[in-house]
Amino acid sequence: MSTVNNQTTYNYKVVRQFAIMTVVWGIVGMAVGVLIASQLVWPELNFNTPWLSFGRIRPLHTNAVIFAFGGSALFATSLYVVQRTCQTRLLSDSLASFVFWGWQLVIVLAAITLPMGFTSSKEYAELEWPIDILITIVWVGYAILFFGTIMKRKTPHIYVANWFFGAFIITIAVLHIVNNLEIPVTLWKSYSIYPGTIDAMVQWWYGHNAVGFFLTAGFLGIMYYFVPKQAERPVYSYRLSIVHFWALITLYVWAGSHHLHYSTLPDWAQSAGMVMSLILLAPSWGGMINGMMTLSGAWHKLRTDPILRFLVVSLSFYGMSTFEGPMMAIKTVNALSHNTDWTVGHVHSGALGWVAMVSIGAIYHLIPKLYGIKEMYSTALINVHFWLATIGTVLYIVAMWVNGIMQGLMWRAINEDGTLTYSFVESLEASHMGYLVRAIGGAIFLTGMFIMAYNLWMTVRLKEAQALDNVPQTA
Amino acid sequence: MDINTLRGISTIVVMITFIAICLWTYSSKRKSKFDDASNLPFNDEEIANRTTSNTENKDHE
Repeated sequence: MSTVNNQTTYNYKVVRQFAIMTVVWGIVGMAVGVLIASQLVWPELNFNTPWLSFGRIRPLHTNAVIFAFGGSALFATSLYVVQRTCQTRLLSDSLASFVFWGWQLVIVLAAITLPMGFTSSKEYAELEWPIDILITIVWVGYAILFFGTIMKRKTPHIYVANWFFGAFIITIAVLHIVNNLEIPVTLWKSYSIYPGTIDAMVQWWYGHNAVGFFLTAGFLGIMYYFVPKQAERPVYSYRLSIVHFWALITLYVWAGSHHLHYSTLPDWAQSAGMVMSLILLAPSWGGMINGMMTLSGAWHKLRTDPILRFLVVSLSFYGMSTFEGPMMAIKTVNALSHNTDWTVGHVHSGALGWVAMVSIGAIYHLIPKLYGIKEMYSTALINVHFWLATIGTVLYIVAMWVNGIMQGLMWRAINEDGTLTYSFVESLEASHMGYLVRAIGGAIFLTGMFIMAYNLWMTVRLKEAQALDNVPQTA
Repeated sequence: MDINTLRGISTIVVMITFIAICLWTYSSKRKSKFDDASNLPFNDEEIANRTTSNTENKDHE
């Protein structure tokens, strides 16, 4: 600890704002998810309203959970970690406010335009061009804020979590701009500048790196700070974290074409995507093992600390889905899994099990620290939340595995004369029970988020009550 | 030059880069530096404490 920065304080305001909005948007995004999951069980739940139809609010769900919930978690944690590991305040408080309010505006605009049916039709990049421009401006502000803070750091070294956050910020900027190059025809309609198959390749280069950099590199940044912090010991191997970083960011950008197996994409490009996806297992598991082994000698803490449990189980789901992903990228496996619910299950094993759980763990760690109190209002409720989240996730992914493999087998079954054994609607009928279990699993996960919101509310109130006690009578 | 020669060369360049990163990272010269770095999350409690106590005062001025 140096004596030079003895007046330094951190900007916790923006971190608090984003941390609270993480929970708010988590509830909104997951509630929409439960609604569309229920629509697949009871189609009447669209109430014959275009704004509530599956095709319009499914992108609302994905955008809300990825960019509003996951995004807020990433902003909160990255802006917290960069200050604390660089031992300096954010570059600019007003720029921090701009990033917060700008991002909230993006989310609100998305929540209005998507149900109205405005979409560029690119998955995870549905938002139309005026919002795309706004995202770019806010993102540049975020990059300046983050890297500006790193440049004024008081520590000689840039901590590994910041490398992951930095890679996430730069790569998302590049992906967002390249994939959203489009020609506007009206205020709310544009067309991609890329033709046919090239458009598909650019889209999935973007789409898979939204997974690789938004939903992986960024959250690995969370892992590399919050797991050591919560376990109260440094990361298992700092050297492994460096090799992990370079291997992961070098490989992820090549894997996108596995979304286009057996399409019009040239065969060599499909095979390249498959091979790169398989190699990705190595850095993914290297990172997972590094996080897990950080607990060596501290495993007993799992018995009493549900926050640590959230973080460690998130790593288990990360390991599981990064094994499943490369396997599904193998062309012969993909021939069975493609377009089935297996894909949906895989995404949610990553999204609920890894991304949401590591974020929830980090937010539980953060909130007391941001309000200067020792711990959350109720540790027992964190534990309840942990079990709801775990059970919900497992129900969800098992239902989708069963559905997906069944659909894949039914679609490829042929009679002796070469005709299809099952019509599509027969596979849909057979999927009904799986959809019901999935909706229940999602609802259980969502219940956990409500408990989190209550716990958070009570923690903040606890803080206010304490502060009132401390105010002198004369004030 | 044949495009496939270029592809072969690029593979070797990436492989050499990867090995170089590993050697650089695991060289014993850098061990103490990385040990220091891995402790960065634990070295700033003073600033964190000052931040939360300052906010308290500000909130109730």
